[in-house]
Amino acid sequence: MIESQWVFVLAILLFLIGLYGVLVKRNLIKIVIGLMIMEYAINLVFALIGYRSEGTSPISFNGAEQNAAAIFVDPLPQALVLTAIVIGLGTTALLVSFAVRIFEKYDTFDVRKIRKLRG
Amino acid sequence: MNLLPLFVIMPLGSAFLLPVLNRLWKGFPSWIGNIATAFLTGLSFWVIQYAAETKTFAVGGWSLANNIPIGIIMVMDGLTVLMLLVVNFIGFMATLFSVNYMEHYTDKGKYFTLFLLMIAGLNGVVLAGDLFNLFVFLEITAIASYSLVAFGVGAEELEASFKYQVLGGTASAFILLGIAFFYHATGTLNLADATNVIAGKSGSPEILFIGTLFLVGFALKAALMPFHAWLPDAHPSAPAPISAMLSGVVIKVLGVYTLIRLFFNVFGVDTIVSFKEILLFLGILSMVVGGFLALGQKDFKRLLAYSSISQIGYVIFALGIGSSLAILGALFYLISHAVFKSLLFLNSGAVVYATDSRDLNKLGGLYQKMPVTTTTAMVGSLSISGLPPMGGFWGKLVIILAAIEAGHHILAGIAVLISIVTLAYYLKVLRMVYFGVLKKAFQNIREVPFLMCFSMIVLAILSIGLGILLLPQVRDILLGPAVQVVENGIDYAKVVLGG
Amino acid sequence: MRGMTLIVKCITQLMAPSILVLGIYVVFHGHLTPGGGFAGGVLMAGSFVLLILAYGSDKVKSDSFKNRASLLESLGIFLFLFIAIMGFLQGSFFKNVFNEWLPGESGELWSAGIIPLCNIAIGVEVAAALFAIFITLAVLKFGEKL
Repeated sequence: MIESQWVFVLAILLFLIGLYGVLVKRNLIKIVIGLMIMEYAINLVFALIGYRSEGTSPISFNGAEQNAAAIFVDPLPQALVLTAIVIGLGTTALLVSFAVRIFEKYDTFDVRKIRKLRG
Repeated sequence: MNLLPLFVIMPLGSAFLLPVLNRLWKGFPSWIGNIATAFLTGLSFWVIQYAAETKTFAVGGWSLANNIPIGIIMVMDGLTVLMLLVVNFIGFMATLFSVNYMEHYTDKGKYFTLFLLMIAGLNGVVLAGDLFNLFVFLEITAIASYSLVAFGVGAEELEASFKYQVLGGTASAFILLGIAFFYHATGTLNLADATNVIAGKSGSPEILFIGTLFLVGFALKAALMPFHAWLPDAHPSAPAPISAMLSGVVIKVLGVYTLIRLFFNVFGVDTIVSFKEILLFLGILSMVVGGFLALGQKDFKRLLAYSSISQIGYVIFALGIGSSLAILGALFYLISHAVFKSLLFLNSGAVVYATDSRDLNKLGGLYQKMPVTTTTAMVGSLSISGLPPMGGFWGKLVIILAAIEAGHHILAGIAVLISIVTLAYYLKVLRMVYFGVLKKAFQNIREVPFLMCFSMIVLAILSIGLGILLLPQVRDILLGPAVQVVENGIDYAKVVLGG
Repeated sequence: MRGMTLIVKCITQLMAPSILVLGIYVVFHGHLTPGGGFAGGVLMAGSFVLLILAYGSDKVKSDSFKNRASLLESLGIFLFLFIAIMGFLQGSFFKNVFNEWLPGESGELWSAGIIPLCNIAIGVEVAAALFAIFITLAVLKFGEKL
């Protein structure tokens, strides 16, 4: 594990900045960017969790099975981060195309004016 | 048990083939979609015989080493069999309905592709044995449903879908953060294995933090009360069979099922402090506020969406009570609400198909021209309000009896009051839409085509006859094993790992 | 969108094939070096996007480009599912069958069973999907036939 815990605090701070963007900002594109920042922060937390000091990348070579836990960093969070990045890509692409279509229908990016549904 | 991957392979394979085959013949999507969901329904009826045992399937052939799973495991126990039945059956009814309904929209090929992807994702969530597969299939379902909500690309649908996407994306972010800290705390992602690890360190602050993150994320997906803001916009704007699927199946699988699996089976509901009280509080809040907000609605489908929030509150309230009778009531009401709410949304779809309007003030007197729709709507509305002898009455009876038995007399009284409120607004809908004077603009409408009537009639017959699931003999086949799984709690690990 | 100046066009002519070959290299060596299907697919799509940005989008406005990309994408992901189902022959879903039939040395290019084939399928699929997303968002305008 990482010696200092402050790196995790910084990653959570990034997550909170993204959350602030989603909640407070009024432009549609800024909301999308806030959501993207949240996803990057979570990927960062994942990658940090798998770290082992004095470790190297987890690709096996001959004769590596003896003390694998001491040589390699944890490969499981790396696979999870890969999947999470792909999911983030899909979500972002969909959000951006929706934002473009909304602009063509409403002629504005301001969230306060896009309120046809109420009640 | 080699059948388990078929639940995921079959809809995925059909969904990938559809864009290729769509160029050959325009009629392919309807056929392939319906055959796929019919096959899945048959398969889920066939696995009912295995409901009492827990079957596992190790993907890739990686078997357990020292009783620790090193690969991905798909698990099917009693609760899973119940949810599979609900998902695939309602999906089959929705695809039957959409063969004719989607004539008004642009592209059937894309619609059925997205629909089959959603079904594959739902099956995957229910069958997942470890947290990360759960998350991946959750995201597949969510992304498919974002696109389906905005299928007819009008201004309102786009706005509703955008709001749904932002809130759903935030929920997924919270869930993923919870998974990250979960891995840090337990060192494994497999649900059964993590149960053993958590049992050793329950009550510590990190387990509490992870539990809170999961609670916020999954409550956003289930549209419980403080987190319900996307549901009244998203469900009315979707096409009617998608509204039926969303309201009847998706919020139950993505929200209620995952809450049960994580908090009853993995974390252990008695060890986390006051988790049951939180569920109780959220359930009552959703019930009351959803019910009262539905009284003042003028849009047909928006009223049904608020009613969904209210009825899911019943299920969460019963889960919060936690006794054996309450869990039976919660699971039975889960199935019955899936049936009624899909029936009511399909009815609204039939009304929109015939008259092109969703405004309660403009409709009226449709019973002369559309008798099948009116009859099924009456059956559905009376059943969801809890009138005997329909299915909904038995569910609410069991829940209220369990509440009184556990000592929450005031809350049981509130539940009865909200049931009366439900009856009030459904009677309002029936009076304003189906009975009354037929407006001049609608003199020439006709009954909807045969396939749509067929799905509505099947669902109506089911909603009358659902009470037989509570009879002792029938209960042991389907509901009994499901309740047993939830009650087992942390013993889930022993059953799965073959201890 | 309009194309760019002559200098940019000349340099892109030299760079784009190299980027494509780099992407194919990353895909093929996914089991030996970091990368794999997804990263290589993004690189391959990047080379095509670079060409469109440099030369202008007049040549890609026709419908057939998006149809071909969509077809490739469906075929790629279906190939992935097919490889997974072939595992049933040896008894389990997604089982590494090729490791039993045609094993190789670990550390060589031909090793690790079905993983290189899965990487190729995913690489093709991701490249086609990203290219289709780019065409839909940036090149076709609203109202044009999708």
